[in-house]
Amino acid sequence: MLKIEKVFKTFNPGTINEKKALTGVELTLNEGDFVTVIGGNGAGKSTILNMIAGVYPVDAGKIWIDDVEVTDLPEHKRAKYLGRVFQDPMTGTAGDMNIEENLAIAARRGKKRFLGWGITNKEKENYKEQLKMLDLGLEERMTAKVGLLSGGQRQALTLLMASLKKPKLLLLDEHTAALDPKTAKKVLDLTEEIVARDHLTTLMITHNMKDAIRLGNRLIMMHEGKVIYDVSGEEKKNLKVADLLAKFEEVSGGEFANDRMILS
Amino acid sequence: MISSLINALPGSVAQGLIWGILAIGVYITFKVLDYADLTVDGSIATGGAVAVMCILNGTNPYIALLLAFGAGMLAGLVTGIFHTVFGIPTILSGILTQLGLYSINMRILGKSNQAISVDEFALNVSLRYIPESCINTGIFCLVIILLLYWFFGTELGAAVRATGCNERMAKAQGINTSAQKVLGLVLSNGLVGVSGALYAQYQGSADVNMGRGAIVIGLAAVIIGDVIFGKMFRNFALRMVASVIGAIIYFIAIAIVLQLGFSTNDLKLFSALIVAIFLAIPYLKSKNVRKILKKKMEKIRKRLNRRKGEKANA
Repeated sequence: MLKIEKVFKTFNPGTINEKKALTGVELTLNEGDFVTVIGGNGAGKSTILNMIAGVYPVDAGKIWIDDVEVTDLPEHKRAKYLGRVFQDPMTGTAGDMNIEENLAIAARRGKKRFLGWGITNKEKENYKEQLKMLDLGLEERMTAKVGLLSGGQRQALTLLMASLKKPKLLLLDEHTAALDPKTAKKVLDLTEEIVARDHLTTLMITHNMKDAIRLGNRLIMMHEGKVIYDVSGEEKKNLKVADLLAKFEEVSGGEFANDRMILS
Repeated sequence: MISSLINALPGSVAQGLIWGILAIGVYITFKVLDYADLTVDGSIATGGAVAVMCILNGTNPYIALLLAFGAGMLAGLVTGIFHTVFGIPTILSGILTQLGLYSINMRILGKSNQAISVDEFALNVSLRYIPESCINTGIFCLVIILLLYWFFGTELGAAVRATGCNERMAKAQGINTSAQKVLGLVLSNGLVGVSGALYAQYQGSADVNMGRGAIVIGLAAVIIGDVIFGKMFRNFALRMVASVIGAIIYFIAIAIVLQLGFSTNDLKLFSALIVAIFLAIPYLKSKNVRKILKKKMEKIRKRLNRRKGEKANA
């Protein structure tokens, strides 16, 4: 499904700010995998998602989605395979456009855009139904500007937009980190529901170890730009937070488990 | 003085409508695309030059307008390529095109100023026939606004809007944001070219310097329209209408300034001040002033309450 082969990425090479973000990372996802990704700050979690999405070019290595090599495709061309939700709720939606317009743009991901209507009445009906599923009352506010919505509502909408046209791969970059606990739970529940409903292959970064264990069928841990731990199936189900912390400490000499992780 | 101002009014409206087309162009780049495009100062003169030379050579004035539209579009294309292909920052990309266009406009005109007489040619507009000019230009504005309203409702138009609103979102939804920016610049400068073509006909000549400060007038129109009608006009078409009205208000303000006895040489200073003031209004309104006032009011209220308390205690 997704294959990442020895991808390297260094930011600001040759300067004092040089940062080796990915150091030959390898990862293969199977169809239908729901993989949670954990790791400390600077482990390369977000970078790997951005590499898959084509936000920056790779220094070396190759990336395939299904049988298509996407390594050199620009971001907007890869978008046809990908649904994305970002950490910042502002990033995934266009604030000055209304809810239905945002959905209509998402529904055309991967299609050529010409002079057809930007949104049709038939679509509006469909969006209304889809919005009901979010259970946020947004179906009554289809013509409201997205900028007026709360962070949680925007994140839920982004999630719907990411799945409106079924993606081959769903990329979730700590998409609940900026939300309050109650809203975060709601968005996470929705994520589970949508992923299960559409059988989406998913890569989800999280800082919350409990979530990482609870959700998905596979868990990977990253450290210094590599995948250092990869569990799935029964072994993952039986994981405890303490096991993960121990693993963290083992690879990083104890410094790894920062307070943010322990607290979450 | 009032009567001479009223006499000047129709002329201000005609000029406002002509520059209103430019304002619509600026609206596309400045508001929709969030791109400060300075190509305008050059492309308006290009539009004027192309139209005047075409008409002088016997082209139908309507066709000349279309050619001016095309010439403006080319100017926008150059700016777009500078920015998206060569990575030149937005403002600089426009400045480079604008500068280069000066030479091109000189070549088109053959000299710095080329006159065209309404007595010899059937021009679209002329300051000798102000009411007719107002009607003609008004119709142009209306048609342009309706066409743009339709366009920005299409899939392609929505992609342009999304690009201006949130580029990361647009890319994530598979929109080629570079192409949308170029498209917006092309459309915008095409309209600026039309505006220049009409303006040159209106004043009876095309001049290489006619575009100096045009972007400031365009911005003034957009911002005046936004500040006055922003709350009232939510609809996209009405927002473009607001920009046109903004242009008319701008020219009326200029007429008043002239009536007050200032020379035409002072106009640029007034333009700059008008834009600065109208740019400052929304900023001050939204940010500090209200907060500062609130804080001050609260302080005063607290002080008053304390005094009341002291009095009551005493």
